[in-house]
Amino acid sequence: MSEQKTIRLVVTRQDGPNENPYKEEFVVPYRKNMNVISAFMEIQRNPVNAEGKKTTPINWESNCLEEVCGACSMIINGRPRQSCTALIDNLEQPIRIEPMNTFPVLRDLIIDRGRMFDALKKVKAWIPIDGSHDLGPGPRQSEEEQQWRYELSKCMTCGVCMEACPNVSGKSSFVGPFAVGQVALMNSHPTGVMRAQERMEALISDGGLQECGNSQNCVRACPKGIPLTKAIGTMNRAATKHMFKKWLNF
Amino acid sequence: MSSQRSFFNRRLHSLLGVIPVGFFLLEHLYTNYLATKGPQEFIKQVEWLWGIPFLPLLEVFFIFLPLLYHGVYGLYIAFQAKNNLERFGTFRNWMFVLQRITGVITLVFVIWHVWETRLQVALHGSTATELTRDFAQIISNNVTFTLYIIAVLSAVFHFCNGMWTFLITWGVTVGQRAQRVSFAIFTFLFVVVSYLGISALVAFSKADFLQHLALK
Repeated sequence: MSEQKTIRLVVTRQDGPNENPYKEEFVVPYRKNMNVISAFMEIQRNPVNAEGKKTTPINWESNCLEEVCGACSMIINGRPRQSCTALIDNLEQPIRIEPMNTFPVLRDLIIDRGRMFDALKKVKAWIPIDGSHDLGPGPRQSEEEQQWRYELSKCMTCGVCMEACPNVSGKSSFVGPFAVGQVALMNSHPTGVMRAQERMEALISDGGLQECGNSQNCVRACPKGIPLTKAIGTMNRAATKHMFKKWLNF
Repeated sequence: MSSQRSFFNRRLHSLLGVIPVGFFLLEHLYTNYLATKGPQEFIKQVEWLWGIPFLPLLEVFFIFLPLLYHGVYGLYIAFQAKNNLERFGTFRNWMFVLQRITGVITLVFVIWHVWETRLQVALHGSTATELTRDFAQIISNNVTFTLYIIAVLSAVFHFCNGMWTFLITWGVTVGQRAQRVSFAIFTFLFVVVSYLGISALVAFSKADFLQHLALK
């Protein structure tokens, strides 16, 4: 048998939330159709680094393995993305893997995306209903509206747009591109529109929509291809109308 | 309900960048451009501008204060960004970074330029002819000439790219195609206004400019 083909990974690790990050290199036997996560599983089975020293297995998060849950986001060869769809065959080696450190790093590649949940709560990205009784059929939606809303609804809170955005950082309180998309989604819903003003008020509060600097990285980075910049433009227009209406009606 | 102060500040920053600061930039570069038709044309226009009623009030409320606000708040915005060109070397991300760099260059330049021109007029009570002569002497130096070229290009870039983002910020250009069209328009504007600015600098720096001035 010929020599076993291997892959090299350089992983930025961190032992705890307040520890310093360090790099560790691994050599993993190659199999066909591997992704970054199956490489991690290989390391889990045999936690030995490239120097042959025994080490701790890498900590990471993943669930669905089909790019719909958003849990396995990390920076792979410089780009924030889902590790489940990061196929080894398509990556330049050694594969550099880092946590998305725009968020607090808990351990190795596990990050706390709680900031995103807070952002959704802040902009009221839901549609309240009155009770559990039968409300009858909802209002009808046009095909065009459905298409637009379907695109926006694909958001899986993965945090890739947050990592890509130069205006989301520890220095700013920007809710992030995804949150703007979710307000666009809820405010274009025929029932959701009843609370559109409330969401708009929240969206233009400190750390809101206005923090966007139009680098348009979000739309480039989004693994779901959500038209985030169009959502931002739409909400900018709505915010302009909202602002003038509020002033002139006062 | 949290505060909406930053929304107000950002929108004010965006608006002031166009009206009046952007408008003033265009007016200023047009006036300078008249220097290509000889010093007398330029001096005539300056004297006309100096004849506008309530000029000091206009200068304070329509140039100085808006510029000060736009500059200072702009610095705050610029230094808040975590630039990531190494990860996203995309065209728009370059524009994002350049907008911030040219903004800082323009602000530093404007402070120096106001000191050299407007404040000298205020301090020494120079006439339009004396101002023109002094400025032609400043710009005849190769170093200042280069710095002025960089500064004019920075200011015009910042204005044109700023117009592109202004239209997004106010919700005028929402879709991708609209944004592409507005980009084409402002690229064209960048070329035209840069031409006005640079040809004026070239005219001022020519050796015979001062001679023409002396002859008349």
